[in-house]
Amino acid sequence: MTGLQDRLTPEQVEEFGRELDALRQRTVDSLGQEDVDYIHNIIKTQRGLEVAGRALLFAGFFPPAWLAGVGALSVAKILDNMEIGHNVMHGQYDWTRDPALSSQRFEWDTVAPAENWRHSHNYIHHTYTNILDKDRDIGYGILRMDDAQKWHPYYLGNPVYATLLALFFQWGVMLHDLEVEKVVKGERTWAENLPVLRKIVRKAGRQVGKDYVLFPLLTGPLAPLTFLGNATANLTRNLWAFAIIFCGHFPADVESFTEDETATESRGQWYLRQILGSANISGSPLFHIMSGNLSHQIEHHLFPDIPARRYPEIAGEVRAICEKYGLPYHTGPLHRQLWSVAKKIVKLALPRTSPSPVTVEPDRQLRAA
Amino acid sequence: MTALIPRRVRSLASLAEALLTPHGMDRYLELVDPMLVRREIRGLVTAVRKQTPDSVTLTVKPSRAWPGFTAGQYVRLQVEIDGVRRTRCYSPCGSQYDGELEFTVKEQGLVSGHLNRALGAGSVVGLSTPDGTFTLPATRPERVLLISGGSGVTPVLAMARTLVDEGHTGEIVFLHYSNGPADALYRTELAELAARHPGLKVVHAYTHTQGGDLRGFFSPEHLERVAPWHREAEAFVCGPKPLMDAVRDHLGERVHTEEFTPPALTFDTANAEGQVRFKRSGRECANSGKPLLEQAEEAGLSPEHGCRMGICFSCTQLKTAGRVRNAKTGEVSGEEDEEIQLCISVPVGDVEIDA
Repeated sequence: MTGLQDRLTPEQVEEFGRELDALRQRTVDSLGQEDVDYIHNIIKTQRGLEVAGRALLFAGFFPPAWLAGVGALSVAKILDNMEIGHNVMHGQYDWTRDPALSSQRFEWDTVAPAENWRHSHNYIHHTYTNILDKDRDIGYGILRMDDAQKWHPYYLGNPVYATLLALFFQWGVMLHDLEVEKVVKGERTWAENLPVLRKIVRKAGRQVGKDYVLFPLLTGPLAPLTFLGNATANLTRNLWAFAIIFCGHFPADVESFTEDETATESRGQWYLRQILGSANISGSPLFHIMSGNLSHQIEHHLFPDIPARRYPEIAGEVRAICEKYGLPYHTGPLHRQLWSVAKKIVKLALPRTSPSPVTVEPDRQLRAA
Repeated sequence: MTALIPRRVRSLASLAEALLTPHGMDRYLELVDPMLVRREIRGLVTAVRKQTPDSVTLTVKPSRAWPGFTAGQYVRLQVEIDGVRRTRCYSPCGSQYDGELEFTVKEQGLVSGHLNRALGAGSVVGLSTPDGTFTLPATRPERVLLISGGSGVTPVLAMARTLVDEGHTGEIVFLHYSNGPADALYRTELAELAARHPGLKVVHAYTHTQGGDLRGFFSPEHLERVAPWHREAEAFVCGPKPLMDAVRDHLGERVHTEEFTPPALTFDTANAEGQVRFKRSGRECANSGKPLLEQAEEAGLSPEHGCRMGICFSCTQLKTAGRVRNAKTGEVSGEEDEEIQLCISVPVGDVEIDA
């Protein structure tokens, strides 16, 4: 694997950066009513499905109603978290100046408080994408997702931890913001974590209160069925979000980087790292919406603050630019990307068998929490 | 388990809020009907009429959260133009006792143009709680002098209509300045109001044409002719700055004005440091210590703006990096991706604005 900085000459990187900047500018200039109408329609659909799902669970004694209710609620939660929440909180609609679409004010239907998430996702993950020891999304502090992470017997449980993370993904995302691995290493104190923790307790309390106490109680004798229905909807959303997100950065051919090679990055080099460190998932328009257009992870990482509905339309141009500069453009259908991620999770549970060209000093490993 | 039920769950409304967390009830109600919202204030346009070719008069029915206003105050009115929320301040010009609000807007820019051309009965606009201290004293003065120029008629008309509704027993003179009869707003209404209330005298002064009760710009003689008792009166003035200045020069302390002009903010231009970067346009300049709106204009940009004094939120932009000081409150804020008002935000060191 060639080093990050050796792929293109300095002049090429600069020209490459300029082309992407120009594409960005063209897209930003064309934002308008259509984008607002689109997100309003998605919101309307999401709220409609949510209300319908909750209502159907009041007839949960009738199995088809229970199934339909759980289905509607699952889709509502997925839309809320991905196409609406994730994207609005990226500031993709801040230009509308609508408080309901404001990155600073939006709160999503998951236990992770928006404010904590915005820091660990928008800032840490999107700035330091795939830089070992910087991007805390590599393995979320509990998995070994990269060859360069030093092996430890703890990682024999890699497939188990990954399965647990998938099942309880919203809780994983919530706890992720506490940066527990840093507390363990002594880089952060519990006192510093207190404000983050307070927000977590308040938000999680409200979410649990609604899904597992209030709505079940309201359905009277059906409370256990409603409880189960809401838990299933949360589970569906967890599995789906986990799958989409892990396919974005962890398929086999996606690259990771070291702090040294990214220390003095230009804009063009930053773009380059985003392309090499992300992977798309191919699929139908409906699939793209359900993934929050994170199926266009490459475009999202290049332009995280452009409304995600624009990613499919600029993907062709991004791909053409990649071809022009001889850069890979990782993409594949969901099943293939998922399989690739699963293989990696299992493979990295075991110590490295053949030497890898990437060497990382032992003290730079991501230690397990 | 019961500890997880918010303690506030006492009424149906707070139960609904707990069930509809995190978005809240308004985000669901508005999808049924935008006017059903409980917390946000909105207004339904019930009637639109043209008094003059370049102005529009809107009758607006506020939603349930509207707290009422005091005659003379202004409201931040919001409309969506090409997907972007725009905010401007307008003074309702009806009596404060009316259930509906009346706005008269002269066409002069993006938002006023939209209000003039694109809004019809049935449109919904955003409203804020009313603001401003340009109001009548709680104990109504015996003699009231109302002076307005052009579209400055609106807050003063609200005062006149409110006093008439209250059955004010003293004397009121309403002196309105306009270019000529063609753009004299509220001519008919003022005449009807005066006919209804004998204590009210309406005087039209035309600055550019013949035919008014008075001719030319404001002068002390005008006052002597229409309100010889003006020395014992409280005066309320709204209009172009020269008019307000002229009246204040003549009447001194008893003049109340609508301060739609910037208050004297002090800026430390000597000790300013850092660079200001306007991200979208790529322009950059050394921080001069002045508000960002001025710095942007000096850098050759022309950001959207309104009041230039931190009330209308027209110049709100996203600050992507750095710290700014709010010149009105002195508060320094370094929050990332924060919306700031360019006209009253002064950079503290390096700042990046998404403009």
